[in-house]
Amino acid sequence: MTGVSRQLLNLFANFCFVSALGTPAIIAQTQPLHGPDMFNPQSTPAHSIFDLSILVLKVTGIIFVVVVTLLTYAILKYRKRAEDNDHEPPQVFGSNQIELAWTVLPILVVLILFFSTARVIHAIQDAKMPPNALEVVAVGHQFWWEFRYPKLGIVTANELHVPLSDASQPRPTSITLLSADTDHSFWVPQLGGKVDLIPNRINQTWLDPHKPGIYLGQCAQYCGTQHAKMLLRVYVDEHERFEDWASQQKRQAVNDPRVAAGRRVFLNAACMNCHSVSGTSAKGVFGPDLSHFMSRDTIASGAASNTHENLKRWIQDPEAIKPGSLMPAMKLSDEDLDSVVAYLETLR
Amino acid sequence: MITSNEAIVAETYPLEAQQTGLQPISERLHEWVTTVDHKRLGILYICLGLLFLVLGGIEALIIRIQLAVPHSTFVSPQVFNRMFTMHGTTMIFFVAMPILLGFGTYLIPLMIGARDMAFPRLNAFSFWITAFAGFLLYFSFVGGGGLYGAGSAPDVGWFAYAPLTSRAFSQGHSTDFWTLSLLLSGIGSIGTGINFVATIVCMRCPGMTLGKMPLFAWLNLVLGGMVILAISPLTAAQIMLCIDRYLGGHFFDTQAGGSAVLWMHFFWIFGHPEVYILIIPCFAFASEIIPVFSRKPIFGYPVMVAATVCIGFVSFSVWAHHMFTVGMVSYANSFFTLATMLVGVPTGIKIFNWIGTMWGGKLIFKAPMLFCIGFLFQFLVAGLTGIMLAASPFDWQLGNSYFVVAHFHYVIVGGILFTIFAAFYYYFPKMTGRRYSEKLAQWHFWLFLLGFHLTFDFMHIPGLLGMPRRIYTYEPGRGWEHWNLIVSLGALFQVAGVLVFVFNLSWSYFTGAHAGRDPWDAWTLEWSTDSPPPSYNFAEIPTVRSRRPLWDQKHPEDPDWHYE
Amino acid sequence: MSNTTTETVDLVLSWRLPSRGRVGMICFIAAEAAVFTIFVVAYLFYAGKSISGPTPREVLHLPIFMSACLIVSSFTIHAAVKALAGARTVWFNVWWFATLILGLAFLAGTVHEWTILIRHEGLTISTNLFGTTYFSLVGLHAFHVTVGLLVIAVTACASLASAVSQTHAERLDILALYWHFVDGVWLVVFTVVYVLGV
Repeated sequence: MTGVSRQLLNLFANFCFVSALGTPAIIAQTQPLHGPDMFNPQSTPAHSIFDLSILVLKVTGIIFVVVVTLLTYAILKYRKRAEDNDHEPPQVFGSNQIELAWTVLPILVVLILFFSTARVIHAIQDAKMPPNALEVVAVGHQFWWEFRYPKLGIVTANELHVPLSDASQPRPTSITLLSADTDHSFWVPQLGGKVDLIPNRINQTWLDPHKPGIYLGQCAQYCGTQHAKMLLRVYVDEHERFEDWASQQKRQAVNDPRVAAGRRVFLNAACMNCHSVSGTSAKGVFGPDLSHFMSRDTIASGAASNTHENLKRWIQDPEAIKPGSLMPAMKLSDEDLDSVVAYLETLR
Repeated sequence: MITSNEAIVAETYPLEAQQTGLQPISERLHEWVTTVDHKRLGILYICLGLLFLVLGGIEALIIRIQLAVPHSTFVSPQVFNRMFTMHGTTMIFFVAMPILLGFGTYLIPLMIGARDMAFPRLNAFSFWITAFAGFLLYFSFVGGGGLYGAGSAPDVGWFAYAPLTSRAFSQGHSTDFWTLSLLLSGIGSIGTGINFVATIVCMRCPGMTLGKMPLFAWLNLVLGGMVILAISPLTAAQIMLCIDRYLGGHFFDTQAGGSAVLWMHFFWIFGHPEVYILIIPCFAFASEIIPVFSRKPIFGYPVMVAATVCIGFVSFSVWAHHMFTVGMVSYANSFFTLATMLVGVPTGIKIFNWIGTMWGGKLIFKAPMLFCIGFLFQFLVAGLTGIMLAASPFDWQLGNSYFVVAHFHYVIVGGILFTIFAAFYYYFPKMTGRRYSEKLAQWHFWLFLLGFHLTFDFMHIPGLLGMPRRIYTYEPGRGWEHWNLIVSLGALFQVAGVLVFVFNLSWSYFTGAHAGRDPWDAWTLEWSTDSPPPSYNFAEIPTVRSRRPLWDQKHPEDPDWHYE
Repeated sequence: MSNTTTETVDLVLSWRLPSRGRVGMICFIAAEAAVFTIFVVAYLFYAGKSISGPTPREVLHLPIFMSACLIVSSFTIHAAVKALAGARTVWFNVWWFATLILGLAFLAGTVHEWTILIRHEGLTISTNLFGTTYFSLVGLHAFHVTVGLLVIAVTACASLASAVSQTHAERLDILALYWHFVDGVWLVVFTVVYVLGV
């Protein structure tokens, strides 16, 4: 996809977002359909949570109405009026029956809520994954996401591709959550609740999106300076599209001789200390794998869209896009910068 | 029997009387700095809290200005992260705790007919170490050092999760300022907790059995116990953090096999009871004010006591509801869901009892009562959003989002701050001998109420729409912009309300009408002393026969002890 | 509120509440118990989880002698306070100094143990999880012993200057509560560190 049409699509997507609430766009899976709204669930865990939340809202809503009515009534009816004499009202100290009533009733409400909740907890946390489930390992870094597909031999970053899992072809994705540094949290509200990524701990979550499209989320556990821009995109692809994407990712990185100069800059100018590109000597793990960098719509974990200008700016001065990120300013000469950008732009 | 206010003041502070109020500043200052009088220490605590309220409020304003529009560059992410860390830490440890403990320090001896607290010098020590700790925390702005330049306040969030606080991720000393200042203020709080328990258990006047003391005393007794048991775990955790940062320890060092989750457990074992520690004195204020302004005794005194004791115990079993997303096994999540929902039951019972107190009464809508009524509505909502968060799958969506921020501000501002305002207005005449301007107080109430609801009602929505907390900016187009703008606007009304409040109290301090002993026609012992009370509190230690000794005095034909 | 009926006078005369000092000390002990509990929990949580370095089984030996000293010192301090309450000042001095010496013996035992651990076994607070939790817990306890011994020593000096009498028995009884607490904590530490953890 060329830069221009991508920009046009982005513009269109932003137009849709301005009235995000209740304005579902009709375009298929090349842009986010909806804001990260838990009340628009598109996956089984998110649906279960949504159903439970409606029950909880109803119960608490009833309690709210009852108590507010009583309180408002008391305020209106029992105000001291100007014509009142100075006698004190009847001095009532309490009533055991009333106390009993408003102890037992709330306990019953709690038990109802608790049992409904416990069911959902078990349904989500203890769900058994079928053998065809896609396995993904997500590793949280300051301030980007690493995604590995161990059985497929794929390593990518920030934009997670998962297969569609509808009734005809159920295929949930099971995600193992790890962290390379400090605490993070994986949260894509339309697809499920959040689960934390904690160093020295292995967490699990799963999702089975029913509708293709792009789903938004972001890190939800404060992890340092750029916690705010550790954004997430989940691309839910129909079966064929997912297979296409996967086979593209499995291929070794493009080795275009026309950008050999740029590749030399990449390998000599310390980029390889943090980044890896398959088929080269760059095997750094501190930063994202760049083998198929151009297959992503955004850079810097969603902080900017993947355009020529943004890429140049990012390499030359990351502070301008994501101040406090751990990518150092590379301080390349203009010529080196242009050639390394040209190289990166071949990594489809 | 001495009756005139002036004569009592003259006897108590002879130097002042001689010099017609022109005592040298240095002597006045010396008196205040060396005082062990619980009333003066109480006032010092409250003033300390008000000072930090201004600082914490400025931090909140900076946060809200930055978040009013997406991609704002009002402050850098580094500054923003320090702002929310300092805002939370300040408000909890240096505003709420001092003000609430300060009111307790002032009122408990008066209410139980004692001359001072059990350990007056410990009382003074607790105050001064807390004050020092507050200034230590703010010194970090100049002394923090570290990778990001000269002077940096802590930026690890008020609960300072590991391993973000390890030397690897938190260079310089900013985190140490957080750790040490809270360690010191914790020691001060524990000292006050010990003082509360010992005073209430050992120094009640004759006739005041545990069943006859004001609910304020009961609730502060439970509070004292909770402070002793809840703050100590935080102290322990902070010692461990210091060992990690300075002696090469591995308590929370995940690289050496340590556990980040262990810090969370230790912190929240403190953190959850802490929020009950903050709300229980507020329940105490409501339990004193609502009866007086409804002209009826509190409905269900024994149940109120039992409910509070229940809350005290159960609140120690719910801590991991702050950790629903860390990947605990389903049985653990279920347990904490149940415990959290259950602790809502005694809390709800208290709300019903306050309504029961108002029911059939003659309600007087002066400022203390207005704020208490606001508290009732708001605390109800806060409790209900708490029930929502208690359902752990719901929390998997709502946790760590602006919904949680809205929930706890509803409790802290809508519940705690409203009752603190109520207490200020209720006790101002007793503490200063002056009446405040009721008109200005009403202005304060309505301005602040509007601002509070604009900010914190609408803050729930971005949370429901996926906005996490602790982010210095957010993406446009996710549906969050408009709500954030409204939230930020509400802050301005709150500021206006607080300014009116400060002006009212300051102006009235100098020009208000004399209040007399009992401006509210109330029924507990503190209203039998002069306003302000002399240093020895009571000319004679009183004896009591019921929970409302002044009611018995004023209504000798129908005293309470016929019914209790 | 205050009148002169005999009822009121009787009430005032018979009004007895617990002693402030005792309640205060019990509260303080509760706070310290909470602190120790957290360190014990950390010790148990990390038991067996060290990635490298010496393990408890390799380097710890049951500290029988120093534990016995500390336990006996609880008895001697109790005897001392009883003696003082009965105005038997000489016996008070005997038992009080015995407590001091037994306490010092305990600390000496700790110093000895730590010297071996640090110099010969290579275990320090920064070696591994075991080192961190062990030195923190045992160190925290030793710190509490030290503070207690300081107060006991000051009292001993006061006693030598003949400033301690029967009227102080109540206060020293309250101090003895602290000492019993320290002893109790050691029983827990002993069980957790030297028995269960090994």
